[in-house]
Amino acid sequence: MTPSRDDVLNVTHVTHVAQESAIHPATHPATPAANQTESLTDTKGRSEAGGSPVSPGGTRRKRKTANSYGALGQGSTWHISLATAIILFLIWFVATRFAWIKPLFLPSPGATFDAFISAVRGDTQGGTPLLDHVLISVVRVLSAFALAVVTAVPVGIAMGTSRLARGIADPIIEFYRPLPPLAYLPLIVIWLGIDESAKITLIYLSCFAPLAMAAKAGVRSVAIEQINAARSLGGTRWQVIRLVVLPAALPEILTGMRIAIGFGWTTLVAAEMVAATAGLGQMVLNASNFLRTDIVIMGIIVIGILAYAFDLMMRQLERILTPWKGKM
Amino acid sequence: MLEINDLSIEYPVRKGPANLALDHVSLRIDAGEFVVALGASGCGKTTLLNTIAGFIPPTKGEIRLDGKRVEAPGHERGVVFQKHALMPWMNVIDNVEFGLRLRKMPLHERRPIGMECLRKVGLADAAQRPVYELSGGMQQRVGVARAIASSPRVMLLDEPLGALDAFTRESIQTLLLKLWQEANGVFFFITHDVEEAIFLATRLIIMAPRPGRVVHEIHLPFARQYLASGDARGTKASPEFIATRERVLDLVHQTSSGATH
Repeated sequence: MTPSRDDVLNVTHVTHVAQESAIHPATHPATPAANQTESLTDTKGRSEAGGSPVSPGGTRRKRKTANSYGALGQGSTWHISLATAIILFLIWFVATRFAWIKPLFLPSPGATFDAFISAVRGDTQGGTPLLDHVLISVVRVLSAFALAVVTAVPVGIAMGTSRLARGIADPIIEFYRPLPPLAYLPLIVIWLGIDESAKITLIYLSCFAPLAMAAKAGVRSVAIEQINAARSLGGTRWQVIRLVVLPAALPEILTGMRIAIGFGWTTLVAAEMVAATAGLGQMVLNASNFLRTDIVIMGIIVIGILAYAFDLMMRQLERILTPWKGKM
Repeated sequence: MLEINDLSIEYPVRKGPANLALDHVSLRIDAGEFVVALGASGCGKTTLLNTIAGFIPPTKGEIRLDGKRVEAPGHERGVVFQKHALMPWMNVIDNVEFGLRLRKMPLHERRPIGMECLRKVGLADAAQRPVYELSGGMQQRVGVARAIASSPRVMLLDEPLGALDAFTRESIQTLLLKLWQEANGVFFFITHDVEEAIFLATRLIIMAPRPGRVVHEIHLPFARQYLASGDARGTKASPEFIATRERVLDLVHQTSSGATH
């Protein structure tokens, strides 16, 4: 019975096609060929995407053509960014070369580079080599950041999972978060003195709030189905938090870490304003007292490059730790 | 085995009287039954499943499993969700073994069980793959394998095939019937697809909204017919199946349009 029904279906299909070709004799020859190539590329693309990612280059090219009407603003941007950087550099070069701006306000790229070389050799105010400045600042930022990660993430998770914790922590964080670090820097110096702990505390506080906020938001993004699944499999409250909520919140936490380390670099100069003898922020502030604009600009560029390098590392970490991001 | 005694669930509403999601529902389900709850959205079928699972406490009444009162989620009641319930930071086998790991079973004991469950759902080759690379149908198979890995007494399936295409649906329907036959436990399955309901159910309960309640119960032979013949299309194309489908469609239309029959 089944095969005969199939036959009937086939027959009707064939007559249907014949009718169509009778109605549109001109368009007909082109259509099957076009359909065929379309379906071929389609299956090829699907097998590439679904199978093992052997040829990432091929897949990427395919995806680009397939999504050309897709989401806004997609595609790689590095060459545009590179061109932007080169043009900005050229403007700087030309503006100083033809003395449109006095060297006191904007030294030439060459002078800035010379300042860099002599700073590496230790020829700065205070005689500390550039590498020591860099190391001291990196240690300050990273230790404050690490301290913030191990404290703010648990606080944020607690805020997301417990009413009591949210009630306690929310007003504190929301109150100090919008304050500029320079406003409470004097207080921290009075409380903690002028040694390392004051500087690290200031950077730590600037990293803490965005990290706690991100962890709290991450908890909110966990699907209720994931939590219920773990509970129905016999998970305790603590197991659910540790094995489901924490990993599910990880993408948001990593975003928070990127924002937080940015705040850390921002706060560095403020932290090194008081009683610092070394550090990139101190070097820049000190140079500005002597109107050494070349060292100021060189210091700013070094801080910028360091911060950018850390952001690239964080992005890489994101890719390694949360490969599922945006895919589920 | 699974008793639902005079169960009512109310959701508080900001203004006016509380929303009665379930109104005095009583059901007795014995081992070896495949119960499908069918109804339009808002009839309380998901609320009923969530209450059996222990996610929602009853407002009135109680649920007993083997005489023991249900008060929280437990691994003797496995749940398969519609979607978003796998853990994408774990690969397939780790997802399947997750329940055993939560109960502190060591790796060398749980790995054979996990592999066996994956083999049952036809995904033994995908054990080490990340779940976010799988198709929707394969993800649901992993969800089923994860639930059966704890060898639950009751399987609760909340529209598990709702988001899948027709071809994948049918292959998982037959898979579920085979697993049900093997386990000889209770399967409680929710759907709004009439054909799926009739094919899977040994007992079909039709629910109606406002307030959520059970309005019809029908015992059906097609699941066992399929297991005897192994021919899903033939079962679904038989005149009895089609007649039942029309009858059930009539009942669903009557009850969801407000007429109390």
